[in-house]
Amino acid sequence: MTNFFKMHFFVPLAAVLGLVAIAYFGAQANLTWVFGVAIPYLTILIFFEGLIYRIVYWVRSPVPFRIPTTAAQQRSLPWIEKTVQDKLDNPDNFFQVVGRMALEVLAFRSLFRNTRTEVRKDPDYPEGARLVHWSYKWLWLGAIAFHYAFLLVLLRHLRFFSEPTWAFVHNLEVVDGFVQFYTPVVYLTDIILLTALTYLLARRLFNPAMRYISLAADYFPLFLILGIGITGFILRYFVRTDITAVKQLAIGLVTFHPVMPAGLSPLFFTHLFLVCVLFAYFPFSKLMHMPGVFLSPTRNMANNNRWVHYENPWNYPVKYHTYMDQENEYRDAMYEAGIPLEIPPETAEEKEQ
Amino acid sequence: MAKVPSPQELAKIDLRPPAKGWTEVKPEFRPGNYCNAAGAKWLEMVSYPYPRSWSVADDDWQLPPNWKEIILQQMEDRLSRFRSLKLFFDICVRCGACADKCHFFLGTGDPKNMPVLRAELLRSVYKRYFKPAGKILGELAGARDLNEDVLKEWFYYLHQCTICRRCSLFCPYGIDMAEMTILGRELLSSVGINIEWAMASVASCYTRGSHIGAPPQAYVDMIDFLAEENERITGISTPVTYNRKGAEILFITPSGDYFADPGTYTLMGYLLLFKYLDLDFTMSTYAAEGGNFGWFISHEMGKRLNKKFYEEAKRLGVKWILGGECGHMWRVCNQYMETWNGPADFLEVPKSPITGTVFENARVHKMVHISEFTADLIKHGKLKFDTSRNEHIKLTFHDSCNPARAMGIFEEPRYIIQNILPEGHFFEMPPNTIREKTFCCGSSAALNADEYMETRMKGGFPRATAVRHVHEKYGVNHLGCICALDRATLPTLMQYWVPEVDVTGITEMVGNALVFPDEIERTTDLRDRPLVGFEEAEEEEEAE
Repeated sequence: MTNFFKMHFFVPLAAVLGLVAIAYFGAQANLTWVFGVAIPYLTILIFFEGLIYRIVYWVRSPVPFRIPTTAAQQRSLPWIEKTVQDKLDNPDNFFQVVGRMALEVLAFRSLFRNTRTEVRKDPDYPEGARLVHWSYKWLWLGAIAFHYAFLLVLLRHLRFFSEPTWAFVHNLEVVDGFVQFYTPVVYLTDIILLTALTYLLARRLFNPAMRYISLAADYFPLFLILGIGITGFILRYFVRTDITAVKQLAIGLVTFHPVMPAGLSPLFFTHLFLVCVLFAYFPFSKLMHMPGVFLSPTRNMANNNRWVHYENPWNYPVKYHTYMDQENEYRDAMYEAGIPLEIPPETAEEKEQ
Repeated sequence: MAKVPSPQELAKIDLRPPAKGWTEVKPEFRPGNYCNAAGAKWLEMVSYPYPRSWSVADDDWQLPPNWKEIILQQMEDRLSRFRSLKLFFDICVRCGACADKCHFFLGTGDPKNMPVLRAELLRSVYKRYFKPAGKILGELAGARDLNEDVLKEWFYYLHQCTICRRCSLFCPYGIDMAEMTILGRELLSSVGINIEWAMASVASCYTRGSHIGAPPQAYVDMIDFLAEENERITGISTPVTYNRKGAEILFITPSGDYFADPGTYTLMGYLLLFKYLDLDFTMSTYAAEGGNFGWFISHEMGKRLNKKFYEEAKRLGVKWILGGECGHMWRVCNQYMETWNGPADFLEVPKSPITGTVFENARVHKMVHISEFTADLIKHGKLKFDTSRNEHIKLTFHDSCNPARAMGIFEEPRYIIQNILPEGHFFEMPPNTIREKTFCCGSSAALNADEYMETRMKGGFPRATAVRHVHEKYGVNHLGCICALDRATLPTLMQYWVPEVDVTGITEMVGNALVFPDEIERTTDLRDRPLVGFEEAEEEEEAE
């Protein structure tokens, strides 16, 4: 284990444990208004301001060239048919781009394409080795399970913010709790979220290449979300939480009439605080891949450069070598080689004189 | 030149990273693993900054005293002009999907050739100077001070990227190392760090017309010679006109096609095809280079070289431009040319004079790919082929990176191939190594310098081993491609890894199979190799 890994792994781990401690003991020290009201409001401010700031920062720079990564047949001769897949992987108009982006954002299209490559010894080959490639869907599965489970868990939390609880939230709970084997009803998304997170963390730790490239900025959000998941899990399944109180607090926050009901455990405030940290951290971190993917020029542009003009806002004239530069330099030789000229050698000589 | 280790040596690849963290490892420059520094004269020819004589192996790269300020200021400038750069710096999550997609990583096992980490070399400096977290937390935020070691590392790894975009295909956010490599090379150029092979090519293209630096009369000589070769072998005269005003079509092809085998055979194929059609075309001594070596070092230099296409088309008054088989040329033509140097409203929408097909997909930019052109001819039954003349060829097709991932030209060449080869003579390489997932030749983007052979052979290993696979399995003996850089680099690669396989352009095989009404009896192909059924005649001749 190197110092590099130690620093990038243990510092975020310690940071998240520290955050847990701050909230846990802070809530016991009668700072519930701070953790239950002040910090959530502050977080919302930071989150939206940071998010807008970063997106504006990106958008201030133009996209000078249309550079989609094309992953299928282009539009060419009329009889070369573009299949639906071609249209989605090499879009050439707006609607196809929307399709490509939808697949990318909702189904993680590019990750679905993932392969693994290994060097294998092969005595039949003179060089003694070859590469073997195979389709590898585990990262896709882990990622999509994590993102959808997280989304559903978030949506389920809307029950705390709506009175009466919105119907779709209630329906979500019914579907999510479909497999009943424990009381309270276990939500599948809880299990999936924690399992997927564990997988995403494990691959960073046990895959040597992943461990090599991972930074604190990669471990920190993982630990943080794991912290949120674990505290949430405990709050739901092991430590009975006063749901009415939570709802009172949440409704108070969203209606700007904050109240602090009694009976909320320090663990609850820990859970809430970690969520706040995640939202406040979001705009400054790699989590910005969420809005960022929509702006990615290799994905959100149509491959239609040859029939739709694309303007570069900072296009400027450049110095270039003109044809006359060439002719002036090689006129005689070009004449001898029988190449047509703009100015025949005799005329050119006269001009010089 | 350093001796290149044997294939057995190079194939001992270990993809596991070393124990030491990547910030502590420095590249070790030794002969064979770096490209030579660019000579001062080339830089002067194109007015590039800080021309000087220096060597990569030296400790002192003789940087300008304020080099750091320049780099940071240039980086700021690029960030303000390229949203892509900001995004690609900010949104990478280091998921590792790109890691084992890079041919240089697979060939060298060097972890910094994982695109994610190669990008991190630049990103770490961005974080240090442009992001608050990096300014405050430093190393913990993955930020690094910019110093000479970092600069040398950039040089080392930005020249182990061929701008092939395979990583960007697999990235869930479309992060494109190619974009960062070009912009990174622009930063290096801003303090006078360039490689000889690139700068010599650029300066020669700029001043003379082609990367080999042939003056106009030599260009004409070379192409006339190939036209004579056609006549010798087929009995068909395929004359070419140069700089002819009023021609219908300006034909532009990379210099590799008239300069060295086996590209020259492809040029012979073009000329036979044009003769067969009686095409009203001309070639230019000014727009004499299709390949855009400028784009390998900066967007601006790419534009300066590309400018010649439209300028010359305008001067000659042609109707439209036909482009030969080339990889980067077509990425540049497809994604940059019209934006850089358009509008080309002095040209007409390309229309095939033979079939009447209007190339609607080139309506604005007015340039047609030779494969599109040929496929259209075949579809309309305008070409008569004797496929038995290609019977000695068992082909596999290498999708060149840029036409594949920056254009999407997959079916056109395959359609041509199926029509010019006897049935059962075409075999695809494994699906994960072709089409959009194709592997680079390993020497493109100005890296096909002789002194760089060891790294090139490593970078080309993933392509080569896929060729080896179809060679062993189906007896494939030819590797087809529609890229002149491929025709320059793949023969070397094949010679090293799979010597039984030759490299061929697609139009070479078209020319070889075309049946002319007044041709002489053919016993050889365009390379003077005996056709199937004529091997004995050839031997007898030799005996005499």
